[in-house]
Amino acid sequence: MPLYRSARRGPDPQTLALLAGAGAAAGIAALALSQSRHNRVGFRPGDDAPGRTARSGLQEARPQTGRTITINRPRAELFAFWRDFANLAHFMEAVEHVTVAGDVSRWTIAAPLGRKVTLETRIIEEVPDRLIAWRSTDASEIRAEGAVTFRDAPAGRGTEVEAVVSYVPPYGELGRLVAKVFRQEPAIQGRHELRRFKMLMEAGEIATSRNRKS
Amino acid sequence: MRALTWHGKHDVRVETHPDPEIVNPRDAIIEVTSTAICGSDLHLYDGVIPGLLAGDILGHEFMGRVVETGPKSTLKKGQRVVVPFTISCGHCFFCERQQYSACDNSNPAEKQDLSEPLYGHAMSGLFGYSHLTGGYPGGQAEYVRVPFSDIGPIVIPDGLDDDQVLFLSDILPTGWMAAENAGIEEGDTVAVWGCGPVGLFAIQSALLMGAGKVIAIDEYPTRLALARKLGAEVIDFKRTRVLEALMEMSGGLGPDAVIDAVGMEAHGMMPDTIMDNMKQRVGIGADSAHALREAIMAVRKGGRVSIPGVYGGFLDKFPLGALMEKGLTVRTGQTHVQRYTEDLLRRIGEGEIDTTFLISHRLPLEDAARGYENFRFNQNEWTKVVLKPGTEVAQ
Repeated sequence: MPLYRSARRGPDPQTLALLAGAGAAAGIAALALSQSRHNRVGFRPGDDAPGRTARSGLQEARPQTGRTITINRPRAELFAFWRDFANLAHFMEAVEHVTVAGDVSRWTIAAPLGRKVTLETRIIEEVPDRLIAWRSTDASEIRAEGAVTFRDAPAGRGTEVEAVVSYVPPYGELGRLVAKVFRQEPAIQGRHELRRFKMLMEAGEIATSRNRKS
Repeated sequence: MRALTWHGKHDVRVETHPDPEIVNPRDAIIEVTSTAICGSDLHLYDGVIPGLLAGDILGHEFMGRVVETGPKSTLKKGQRVVVPFTISCGHCFFCERQQYSACDNSNPAEKQDLSEPLYGHAMSGLFGYSHLTGGYPGGQAEYVRVPFSDIGPIVIPDGLDDDQVLFLSDILPTGWMAAENAGIEEGDTVAVWGCGPVGLFAIQSALLMGAGKVIAIDEYPTRLALARKLGAEVIDFKRTRVLEALMEMSGGLGPDAVIDAVGMEAHGMMPDTIMDNMKQRVGIGADSAHALREAIMAVRKGGRVSIPGVYGGFLDKFPLGALMEKGLTVRTGQTHVQRYTEDLLRRIGEGEIDTTFLISHRLPLEDAARGYENFRFNQNEWTKVVLKPGTEVAQ
């Protein structure tokens, strides 16, 4: 079919614009497809990003969650505050209390639906001013392990604090979902706790928009 | 106490709420003597910013007397203070660099989850401006709890009355920072879109910073007259082709710097997928990004673009080509109020800056709803509304 019908009446501009638009879209799609084929590689070596930031499917089998935050205070000060576990209840809202006996700590934690869970942990590695790693004991109701590391931030910005937790949720995947709905999943809680820790260390108090004490 | 609360689109009411208390050590309680309705409050009034709950107390431009202090506040009872709308801890990475409106610590931990997915980073806390910015009860009330009161509030010396200093809380430093972001050099031509309070203060600031010519663009005769009085040339966009006029008024070069003091109401803080619906529903969407697009087209090659206007979400048909090809510099951001208050207070005290010309209406707090309605729908006459808690409604 010829593109013109008569000398007087060509295709109307709207149709032309539509055709051009459709053509361009098809062209872009084809280009993207050929580029993605072109870029495909058979072997993908590891990169420098933390494993927990891997795209789904490339994640390691055990669910791991973690977060890094920069706190504008010296490393030794932050380590010392964290190492005194009784302090943690100041900024970990779910933690009701902590009792410490040597290397073993018992944590009473508020769980969804008003339940309380006891976590008993043992320190498995400690490097002063740098690292505290722990693992749940057999007596614990939750199986979990975690580590918090303290690194000097560049250019005098204070300390990079990284907290990583891997855990087996109570009641499996369903338990994890329930916890998430109640915003008590470790990933969410950990994020909030790190922010509160930062507030307490930098600002001396934890921000709240509440207008009254109770 | 009595307070202006939000209940939905175009529905604000003065209601009774419990008085605030000292909650954290650095808090202070302020008894509000003057509090203004801000142009950005109209985004809340129009219901285009999510994250507000019915009953939230609005207001982020306020001042008053200190009536109670926490153990770590540096304020004293009885002092008169103006409170910045930005809540800033004073000690984080950003506060140390005087980027107070980017404070890491003022938005409560769990509320940071609301803005982090939207912007990639959590917003700081602001008074009376939705739960995205912390859900802090605002200043259109008899009393306000002011967190980090040792960092924000600026003490006002005797001899300066409320109307002279109230706008230190937001719009004066916002206009000032808008001009600063325009990188003005001696003799520059600067074009300003929008002659609302921020636009007018940006005009005033640009002239103080050495601009040779400021061209103000609006449609309302009263607002254009205020701009002219400050020393600007004016363009009424309802009668003039703006781009062509700006070229002619700048010798064919284009303005050296442009300031978008309009913002984009219709775009609220919405995911882009529902943006178009939003635009249609609000009915001003198609034009609402017009000012920014026009500013980018108008500015000369290598020029500067300053955006004090509020944007919340995503923008389509953005002239990125013009931005890149002309080699423009863009600077924007919520105002780092605390960075400017001391200097601006001095300039007010020395008579260099007057802000009282802006105020068209003073109302009792009880009359706040009427203030919102008129500030929104009678923009020509109602250029700025100041609420005075503690004064009686005229019979």
